[in-house]
Amino acid sequence: MRRLTALIAVLGLLLPATQLHAEPKTREFTLDNGMRLVVRVDNRAPVAVSQLWFPVGSIHEPPGTTGVSHVLEHMMFKGTEQRPTGDFSRIISREGGRLNAFTGREFTAYFEQLRADRLEVAFELEADRLANIRFDEDEFRREMEVVFEERRLRVDDNPMGVASERFNALAWASSPARQPIIGWQEDLEQLTLDDVRDWFEQWYGVNNALLVVVGDVDPEAVRDLAETHFGPLESRPVPELKQRPEIHPIGERRSTIRVPQARPFVMMGYQTPSLATVEDPLDAHALNLLSSILSGGASSRLQDRLVRGQEIAATAAAGYSSISSLDTQFLLQGRPASDEDLDALEQALRAEVQAVIDHGVTREELERARVQARADYVYRLDSLFYQAMEIGLLESAGIGWEAIDEFEEALEQVTPERIQQVAERYLRDERLTVLHLLPAEDNGAPRLPMSGAGGDVAPHSHD
Amino acid sequence: MRYPRLMTVLCSLGLLLMPVVGSGDVGGPQIQHWTTDRGLKVYFVRAEALPMVDLELTFDAGSARDGDSPGLAALTSRMLTQGAAGLDAAALARGFEDLGARYSTDSGRDTASVSLRSLNAPSTLSRAVEGLARLTGRPDFPEDALERERRRMLVSLRNQQRDPSSIAQRAFWEALYPDHPYGSPPGGTEESLQAITRDDLQGFHQRYYNIANATLTLVGDISRPEAEQIATHLASALRSGEPAEPVPPAPEPGEAREIRIEFPSSQTHVLVGHIGYPRGADEHFALYVGNHILGGSGLVSRLAHEFREERGLSYSVSSRFSPMRAAGPFRISTQVRSDRTGEALETLQAMIADFRAEGPSDSELEDAVRNITGSFPLSLDSNSKIAGLVSTVGFHGLPLDYLDTFPRQIEGVTRDEIVQALRQRVHPERFVTVVVGPDAEDED
Repeated sequence: MRRLTALIAVLGLLLPATQLHAEPKTREFTLDNGMRLVVRVDNRAPVAVSQLWFPVGSIHEPPGTTGVSHVLEHMMFKGTEQRPTGDFSRIISREGGRLNAFTGREFTAYFEQLRADRLEVAFELEADRLANIRFDEDEFRREMEVVFEERRLRVDDNPMGVASERFNALAWASSPARQPIIGWQEDLEQLTLDDVRDWFEQWYGVNNALLVVVGDVDPEAVRDLAETHFGPLESRPVPELKQRPEIHPIGERRSTIRVPQARPFVMMGYQTPSLATVEDPLDAHALNLLSSILSGGASSRLQDRLVRGQEIAATAAAGYSSISSLDTQFLLQGRPASDEDLDALEQALRAEVQAVIDHGVTREELERARVQARADYVYRLDSLFYQAMEIGLLESAGIGWEAIDEFEEALEQVTPERIQQVAERYLRDERLTVLHLLPAEDNGAPRLPMSGAGGDVAPHSHD
Repeated sequence: MRYPRLMTVLCSLGLLLMPVVGSGDVGGPQIQHWTTDRGLKVYFVRAEALPMVDLELTFDAGSARDGDSPGLAALTSRMLTQGAAGLDAAALARGFEDLGARYSTDSGRDTASVSLRSLNAPSTLSRAVEGLARLTGRPDFPEDALERERRRMLVSLRNQQRDPSSIAQRAFWEALYPDHPYGSPPGGTEESLQAITRDDLQGFHQRYYNIANATLTLVGDISRPEAEQIATHLASALRSGEPAEPVPPAPEPGEAREIRIEFPSSQTHVLVGHIGYPRGADEHFALYVGNHILGGSGLVSRLAHEFREERGLSYSVSSRFSPMRAAGPFRISTQVRSDRTGEALETLQAMIADFRAEGPSDSELEDAVRNITGSFPLSLDSNSKIAGLVSTVGFHGLPLDYLDTFPRQIEGVTRDEIVQALRQRVHPERFVTVVVGPDAEDED
């Protein structure tokens, strides 16, 4: 209640008290075996989502085994001692539920959506596969075929997929953020079932798991249910990994890649800290608001000046995701209005960055970005699934789910000067990576790329 | 394993998984329906959970109305936001975004829509609605913006021409509907986009963006009087006019065809199917359940089981009927490794033939009904999902209790009805097969 009230007061709007509704109530528990549980009550519909998060993804993978987190995610649907392959999906389906999973740079999560009174079925199945997963060689071989098809679909046959995979490999020299979530083709080809099993053994200890439940539930009852099903599982040591921080950037990195059937496209990114790595969180919030001023809506600068105005871009966007355990990228990208204009589009994007450094942003622009951010805080609550994701993402990044409540206050502290400062500090040439995507057909023999994927937290769904 | 055995937990499984999902107790949202004085049809659901409102004005103004100008409906829809009542695109945009409101326009084959999401505070909401009324009712179609948006549509068209999935989709619709408006590509062609004039846009807007051709969906935390006020205001901004003429009925499925399009990808994209049935057809529920079992239920469908789990052929495979104003397509789509295309096509044919001959087993039917009815509350757990469904009810003029009775309709479907409907509506010997991939030659 407090937050919505504050929000509306800030907007200068008056609402009758009856229109205010309790802010979602969130509770956190830790079981004796170390498993953590975050429950948010949202009783607008008689349903619930359960997401079981493990803090492991592509950034944790040793070189040579990229993609193992995602392959493990696929293999988790292959049955247990008591339940043959496919039973999980069929059981949840019969209960009127949906299930799937997704893998990112720093997390793997398994979810079920179902009627709130059937939540126990989800817990039962999740606990069963943690305790009794069966890794079968024959299943593994067939599932690898599925993963290869997934890679072809997302990356090899998708020029934008190739571009984003290559961009990450170029932008990050020492950070594991350079590794594609789906894995390099060559690594996938040498992956063994033992690699997958080892990965499971290392990372899927119950104490390493975070269970997030959002919906029409009673937190204490959910805690009891979790205790019943996950409580008997024993904890095990959590792997300790060496840090692999990105080396200090000392010069721009550029590449032009040629991919069959591509259309010209430019991707640019400045290495920037995330909320987890930044010295002062306000810098991250300022970068967030800057990305909104540049591309948050049809009135934003890139739309107004590059798509309209100069008409040099058919599409243009900026993006910054502060929710990450590692440094991240402040991205600018676009498709030129005409094929010859790729270089000019890059120059125009750089000019927009320079304009912020030289002249800052206006109070009006900042206020519009803030108003939109405040409204988005309300809109995001329309999805139970997204609310659970937000909790999981913040936890996986080591930021903590409670941080979301501080975001709003922080927004109010960002000034136009602060935005100009962070632009000057982070949007510098030596932090910049530029990738041009061009069609292979224009430059001699077409060549099929063997690999490419990644992108930001592009969840790879099992479905 | 380092885990303790979970015998006690597992022993209780039988109890835990006892069927308890009954659907009768879950109703749909309460839809309030009225027509404003000026004739605008309104569908309103009061949803009080969040202080916000979703609003969609839907017009019978999709590409089925393109006539000889493919892309006309889409370009008209895009141009609404590019200038209205003397304001340019930037000023229109600031009008929404200064309020934290989100707005968009969209168009498909049947419909074109204008949407708004706003906080529900009266002063905010009324200004956002005013903005929406302005761009829907008084677009200027400025010449310079037209040239720009035309170019942007051409860029997007050229992207689609390099994308195997888009190539397959387009070939499939064109093959199914050679003499029907649904065969016209919604994104237009190079030639048609070049030829569209400002007069064309104005004519299209004048003909189709009128009160009689519109439905309004409102979902959110506002009172009935507030909803009525919004509806009346929007209606006052729209001109009166005539509903669009009925879309011509689609023909029955024609002869089998195979269309192979050479494309340098590593996967082959496959689309198989033919014309299905229109919205409102009697056999809708039987086919909905039947298709759910065949390829409409994600990982547990027959197709997914065979293609993915058994054969490792594909990452994704699905089938669906798309009931539209006129009969929309039935289509199966998948992507497979190119050297296994033959295996995939043969497997598909055999599976469809078998499903059509034998129908689902009793347990498949029971499982499907349990899933569809049991997951129904998940389809209504957000304002945006409710708005989408209510807008479908409104546009197609479905009974107001359509969502309420949906679970019961599904539960009433029998195995015999499914078999009968499949035999009537699925004809493998008349399938159009589109294959886009390497080493494919057109054998058509």
